Amino acid sequence: MSDQTGRTIRDFVLSRFPGVELDDDVDIFTLGFVNSLFAMELVMFLEKEFGLRIPNEEMSLDNFRTVSAMSALVGRLRTPDAASVGEA
Amino acid sequence: MSTAAPPGTAGARAFVDTELIPHADAFDRDEAIPEWLLGSVAEHGWWGAVRTGSMVEFAALHEEIGRGCSSLRSLLTVHSMALYAVDRWGADALRERWLEPLTAGTALGAFCLTESAAGSDFTAVEASARPAPGGGWLLDGHKKWVTGGERAEVFLVFARTGRGVSAFLVEAGAPGVSRTPVRGLLGTRAALTAEVRFEGARLPAAALLGAEGMGTAIATGVLDIGRHSVAAGSTGIIAAALEGSVRHAAGRRQGGALLGEHQLIQRLITRMAVDLRAARALCRDAGALKDAGDPATLMATCAAKYFASTAAMRAATDAVQIHGAVGCSDGHPANRLFRDAKIMEIIEGSSQIQEILIAQHALTAAGAGRPRTPEGGAS
Repeated sequence: MSDQTGRTIRDFVLSRFPGVELDDDVDIFTLGFVNSLFAMELVMFLEKEFGLRIPNEEMSLDNFRTVSAMSALVGRLRTPDAASVGEA
Repeated sequence: MSTAAPPGTAGARAFVDTELIPHADAFDRDEAIPEWLLGSVAEHGWWGAVRTGSMVEFAALHEEIGRGCSSLRSLLTVHSMALYAVDRWGADALRERWLEPLTAGTALGAFCLTESAAGSDFTAVEASARPAPGGGWLLDGHKKWVTGGERAEVFLVFARTGRGVSAFLVEAGAPGVSRTPVRGLLGTRAALTAEVRFEGARLPAAALLGAEGMGTAIATGVLDIGRHSVAAGSTGIIAAALEGSVRHAAGRRQGGALLGEHQLIQRLITRMAVDLRAARALCRDAGALKDAGDPATLMATCAAKYFASTAAMRAATDAVQIHGAVGCSDGHPANRLFRDAKIMEIIEGSSQIQEILIAQHALTAAGAGRPRTPEGGAS
């Protein structure tokens, strides 16, 4: 699942910044990508694409710095749902 | 060509025609929206529209209100921004205390970002909050041109903390909070604008919205709501300019013919009519994207705000032109629309800020550039 998650996130970033070389561990904040509007777009994208609500305590810039960090965030936020589905 | 309201706003349209338009010039002259009107808006449930209906409906409502009175629509704008912030980022205690009264309109909210040295670049805010002994925060700062600041029960305040800019919900009645009405503004004169000072104002820990240092993200989120409202309200200004111009052109004779029979006047009316349709379509597009949770709504809202506000200025200018001397007169609706429209090109991100954001987006989408204003471009 995480490979697919990372690919989906990477595709979104690349759709906004075509032609950029984007490694999963590259800090996108250092590449000049991120203004405040794009940061909010990232939040909205993750919430819509993965059916999540990112809680306040996860709204840290570090969670959005890299494709890997965003994949990990999605994984963390999905875990409770997965657990509850498993129990049902 | 009709100025017919968007679908689903029949109630608002009747209210605007009977309760708002007949009084809007008096509100402007008196520089205040009266309490009875604030109460009427509450009775209709319109203060809570940002969380009780779709964002397409929200824009349709704000267009209608904007057709009648931009000052009232401005109050709805900043209130909606504060309510949205509490709903989206408020801790449980804050939501429990304020969500219901703000939704019902029994308490009003306002937006405190701008300072003498911080406007479009909101990262330059000098207001600051520091941890208070025993918990909570101590807030100091001086906010200017706070729409609704004279009347609001709570302020959404942006201030610098140890981890960057943070957002707080501050009760207007708290010790250390004071406000001074601002009079004589060019437009939206009845919007109860004030300067608000915070002098060692003590805030509970729950006043912090989101996490500490999340202020830039919160400002971006609430400004998106504010822009949506301003875009819709600007569309309402175009509708009002068109309605007034058509009425005048159909009744006044000049040079042996009705004004409306002169082709140069027809050109002005045509621009208004087409701009109205285009602005309304852009607002509907941005609202539908919001309702779908689509991140493309952010840029769509910038485009809607940019187009609608500049088109409102054009329409109001042309409405004054069509009315001639009478439109320049104190107390005439065209005079008020002209002054109000100018404000729309400045608030919630000036036209120049929108041009930077929209152009950057277009350039980066083509692989031709990258954002160069990391934070300041979004206010």
